[in-house]
Amino acid sequence: MIRLQNIEKVYRTDRIETVALAEVNMDVTEGEFISVMGPSGCGKSTLLNLIGLLDAPTKGTVQINGSPIATYRDRALAAVRNKEIGFVFQTFHLISDLSVLDNVQIPLLYRRMSNGERRKLALAAIDRVGLSARVQHFPSQLSGGQQQRVAIARAIVGRPRILLADEPTGNLDSQMGDEVMTILKTLSADDKTTIVMVTHDQQKADQTQRIVRLFDGRQVN
Amino acid sequence: MFKHYVSLAVKVLLRRKFFTFISLFGISFTLLVLMVVTAMFDHGFAPMAPETRQNLTLGVHNAVMYGPHSTWQSNGGYKLFNTYARNLPGVERLSLYTGVGRAHSYIDGQKIESGLKRTDDEFWRILDFTFIEGGPYGTADVAEARFVAVINATTRRRFFGNKSALDQFIEADGQRFRVVGVVEDVSEMRQVPFADIWVPYTTAKSDAYKSEIMGGFHALALARDRESLQQIHDEFNSRLQRVELPKGSTNIVAPFETPLELVARLLPIADAKDPESQVWRLVAFLATLAALFALIPTVNLVNINVSRIMERASEIGVRKAFGAPSRTLIVQFLVENVLLTLLGGLIGLALTILAMHVLNTSGLVRYAQFAMNVRIFAYGMLIALIFGLVSGVYPAWRMSRLNPVDALKGGVSR
Repeated sequence: MIRLQNIEKVYRTDRIETVALAEVNMDVTEGEFISVMGPSGCGKSTLLNLIGLLDAPTKGTVQINGSPIATYRDRALAAVRNKEIGFVFQTFHLISDLSVLDNVQIPLLYRRMSNGERRKLALAAIDRVGLSARVQHFPSQLSGGQQQRVAIARAIVGRPRILLADEPTGNLDSQMGDEVMTILKTLSADDKTTIVMVTHDQQKADQTQRIVRLFDGRQVN
Repeated sequence: MFKHYVSLAVKVLLRRKFFTFISLFGISFTLLVLMVVTAMFDHGFAPMAPETRQNLTLGVHNAVMYGPHSTWQSNGGYKLFNTYARNLPGVERLSLYTGVGRAHSYIDGQKIESGLKRTDDEFWRILDFTFIEGGPYGTADVAEARFVAVINATTRRRFFGNKSALDQFIEADGQRFRVVGVVEDVSEMRQVPFADIWVPYTTAKSDAYKSEIMGGFHALALARDRESLQQIHDEFNSRLQRVELPKGSTNIVAPFETPLELVARLLPIADAKDPESQVWRLVAFLATLAALFALIPTVNLVNINVSRIMERASEIGVRKAFGAPSRTLIVQFLVENVLLTLLGGLIGLALTILAMHVLNTSGLVRYAQFAMNVRIFAYGMLIALIFGLVSGVYPAWRMSRLNPVDALKGGVSR
């Protein structure tokens, strides 16, 4: 499903080169739920951004579903992100001017479908995360856990086969964190969604099927 | 999708009230000025009664005689037109008339000043005046130099109150005329038809005008069709080469042209000696002026927009992450900006209507009837649209170039 080969990511400024990732090789099979662990600054988020096609590697190839996406341009990359990938961020990144329903519909805006269809899919996704009573609320009216559940609904509304979660429980208390983990595990088990989750939390990582550890930009086993 | 953009735009605008106010103020004030100028232009140059057939008429409103050491700029003389402008090919009707002269009258010891124009009878056939009572003077009135007059509604009110003026007499410029018709007021900005009192040119106090090459006359030609316009222009120019000029003069430039062409030709940016149309210079000049005028508010709006976008970096990051192509984001932002400017445009329109009312009642331009019409409305909205696009394109482009990873972090560019 996801294949990373000899990935290297270097950030260059005028004088300094920072190697964020080096010699990373990784395969994630369809339906797998893995976690990426490591100390701050070890390159976890960079890795997730590369898998999510939000950033391009300096060296190496990223393959999603067997397609070498290095050759893709903006529009094609956007299309792959839109159809294949859903994101969940540590800080939720909901749009404060939009209601829960409108926030969840965002990925569908970039697909050809009727407003009615969009609404129907969004309501179904919101229902899955248990927030049907809150569709017209705005993010500021929700608790952190509820906001993250909205973000998960947004990530799964387009039925992507890959879900990338960057410390999805990092800003939540343990109870809310557990709720989010339960939802992710259900998605993995019921929908066979491939999930890559970055986390600091060993207990959360233990609930996944496999743990990839990074240290100073390199994989350690 | 479009509905989503519109509702988001409205929410953003409402949330940032101060920013919205500043933007709207700048936009609407800029548009107010541009649209009042447009309205004046429209009022002066667009076809409207009595110049309903303006697209088929050409006039000689200015004549310049050049010598080696002298330039004499005036109007053409009666002789010039009577000799050379008659029977031009393509002309259906030709009218000769004078410019507006001041005429004084006294009623009950009160001095009244009116604009007096002396015309032939064809004048009334080319122009489409609205008669409130009576009618124009005819061929026989002009040929026999009858002292008859057509007056406008304001003059009737000043001389006769609200009573009928037909067959009443008015004194103007020391002459006494019998009123045969009353027309609606014509704005001073319409120089061809404008006057308060119109009388046959043959009633002039002296015959001297009959032998003048340069003088106080205008010629107005009604062309048979649009194709004849150039022919009329060219033929008269070539006839002007044969004019017997007074000593010390070498040539005369007095082309048949539209009022717009006249203004364009006499601007310092044009060549007055060139009788050909130079309207493009006027258009370029005005467009440059308008662009310069709109530049500062545009730059201002660009600045506000850039900071507004950077504030919304996280939203842009999210949209990109969920598959929004750059072009779609540019369109989204342009829609927002165009909506804002169109809203500013509507406020500008309302202010323009107010300004027109003030101008109309101020008496600054006699009988001005500045009015909103579809044309001015369309121009205004077009200006607002261009304004919105121009001020939105650069910020939108900056936004679309944001790396999604940076955007999600808050917009710091690497």
